[in-house]
Amino acid sequence: MRDGGQAAPDAPAVAGGQTAPEARERILGRLRSARAAAGGPAVHAGTAPAPGEAVARAGHAAAPRAQGEPGARPPDTAFLAAKAWPPAERLARLRRCMEAVKTEFVEATAATWPAAVRELLRSAGARNVMAGAGSALAAPLAAACAGGDPPALLLYDRPVEELKESLFSTVDAGITSCLGSIAETGGLILCPSPEEPRLLSLVPPIHLVLLDPASIWDTLWQAVRELGWARSIPPNALVVSGPSKTADIEQTLAYGVHGPKRLVVVLVDGGGAGSPAPAR
Amino acid sequence: MTAPAADFRASATAALADPQIRANFRRAMDGLMAKRAALFADPEEWRALRALGAAIRARSLANLPELLEQLEERCGANGIAVHWAETVAEANAAVLAILRAHGASRVVKGKSMVSEEMHLNDFLGAHGVESLESDLGEYIVQLDEETPSHIIMPAIHKNGRQIARLFGEKIRGAQYTEDVDALTGMARRVLRRKFEEADAGLSGVNFAVAETGTLVLIENEGNGRMSTHVPPVHIALMGIEKVVERLEDVPPLLALLCRSATGQTITTYTNLISGPRGPREKDGPREVHLVILDNGRSRIFLDPELRATLRCIRCGACMNHCPVYTRVGGHAYGTVYPGPIGKILTPQVEGLKARHELVHASSLCGACVEICPVRIPITEILLRLRREASHRLPGSTVREAGEARNPWEDRTWALWRRVHASAGLYRLVTRLLARLRRLPPPRLGPLRAWTAARTAPRPAPRTLHELARDRGVRDA
Repeated sequence: MRDGGQAAPDAPAVAGGQTAPEARERILGRLRSARAAAGGPAVHAGTAPAPGEAVARAGHAAAPRAQGEPGARPPDTAFLAAKAWPPAERLARLRRCMEAVKTEFVEATAATWPAAVRELLRSAGARNVMAGAGSALAAPLAAACAGGDPPALLLYDRPVEELKESLFSTVDAGITSCLGSIAETGGLILCPSPEEPRLLSLVPPIHLVLLDPASIWDTLWQAVRELGWARSIPPNALVVSGPSKTADIEQTLAYGVHGPKRLVVVLVDGGGAGSPAPAR
Repeated sequence: MTAPAADFRASATAALADPQIRANFRRAMDGLMAKRAALFADPEEWRALRALGAAIRARSLANLPELLEQLEERCGANGIAVHWAETVAEANAAVLAILRAHGASRVVKGKSMVSEEMHLNDFLGAHGVESLESDLGEYIVQLDEETPSHIIMPAIHKNGRQIARLFGEKIRGAQYTEDVDALTGMARRVLRRKFEEADAGLSGVNFAVAETGTLVLIENEGNGRMSTHVPPVHIALMGIEKVVERLEDVPPLLALLCRSATGQTITTYTNLISGPRGPREKDGPREVHLVILDNGRSRIFLDPELRATLRCIRCGACMNHCPVYTRVGGHAYGTVYPGPIGKILTPQVEGLKARHELVHASSLCGACVEICPVRIPITEILLRLRREASHRLPGSTVREAGEARNPWEDRTWALWRRVHASAGLYRLVTRLLARLRRLPPPRLGPLRAWTAARTAPRPAPRTLHELARDRGVRDA
């Protein structure tokens, strides 16, 4: 199914598809007719109407302003590429941005993180923590949680249909890895997988994420380019910048509205966090 | 619950007289403006980012038919089923057909303005499907059987006390409280159960990426992820204009959108959905459907000037900064999209005859143009639509162009033309006015609409020609 996007243009819609072919043709036909009237297909980076178009509408003053129209020249992304922070400042900036929206940080090493996670959960009163079966985090965490005292380690080891109820009602925390983070705005890039299912970072009230402090990109723009997602993108990827929040009641910030109430970033110095793609 | 009557004048007057609406909006809009301004403090960055954002959106529109086809192809390759709908009715039918195919009767929804265009909740309700809004603001509005008053903050017209009363009445077992955390907790309890039980999830789309077949969805609450990832079926709704060419077009647009909309540099969740549950995955929807709705957009696309309307990324900043919107609030417009963008979008979609009042509901101050992150020339489009409302321009494709013609206005200007075209008549009329020193009875007939809130000007005792002659200027 995921073949790098090389499917035939007319690949039929998948199961349940209720396409209305005449709607598709009418919409696309109208869009193309607009361009035919404007003097042939648009150039790659242009929206400025053909000169004749403005003249044809000379009956009114507000004719399209050809030279003021953005898109007439290639967009300037140099200022995005220039955004960079020295490696030492990236982590500080990340922390500042994410702590401002109530994300918590814990510092650990490749050897100490399982115990650090256990202690944090114990003090939070969590009965258990769920990791993905087959994830690199499961084994070290199993060793740390083996004593019989809470938190117990649970494994996301079957389809959600068999797990939904306990996921919603009994799992207190979920733990995942991430691909890295974003210094400019704060945010962790998560890429759920069969080993680390999607809901692990969403449904339990506490979400713990292991982050290698060496994998911090300057901007999301750089991360997206360097991850090569334009060629092959996972079915689900996301950036998480804090615990769930809302300001829908009187602009007053409230945390934990639907998703996790706490987001804890465990900084694992030395890269033992299982991050598959260190940034630089 | 659907669109109220389109009498802007009456509803605006009522809103202006309502101190609660005035206070709630003033407070919220001041906060949003200050938060946004703080994040665009560097004028150089604002200029560069905005130029890039406008260029990306303009480029996307320039290649719209090709990009839509590419999006369809890539989505198909990713396992996302694409459905096209020219009208709201077709889009509703497509959604219902998908739900029926799965026997779905309980649906949870993330925020989607396209679904508001479709009046989807009413439609599904009438067909026996419970469609529950899960964005807290949308949930509040739905609970009170209202429509959103702002495209980003749907319940902005309500204050804490009003919401506390609403929850106390409508949520089973709720104790009255004005504590925002407690109110949020109540909604969490109700909605988590709904997410768990839902047969299908609906969402909007912030951007759809043609090159990868990716749906980008941003949110703070997690309800978007819940709606799109917990139920077995996910149906995403988008307007045809939401497509962008490349994945790397998305970060700068998100930077503009988040900062302009809520004064954040990034939302809590930025979700990239590029397919249903993979063969080895344990969760995620088994099916993802994308409904692409036209609803008048391709008609707007036909006009090279009006096409800029479709650049909109739905940040709502034009509302927050509009001297009209901030005073009358969103409901006064009686439209799905209120404020400046609503004033140019709605008349083009629904027709100038039905909605011509909206294009006049502006002082043309240009605040919206100044802050629009993709540089939509809103005032120019308003002026164009004002002209089109009374006089269809040659080759016009605007819906109901020329149909909002006012015969009184036409006669007035015909007379004006006549007087100015004839020297004798002009002399007679100006002298008459100078002697009478007053205009026709200002409180009579159609003039009243003007003079009710303004003082009629008083003609000078001597005409310009007479004054000029006194200074030795001779008649030609």
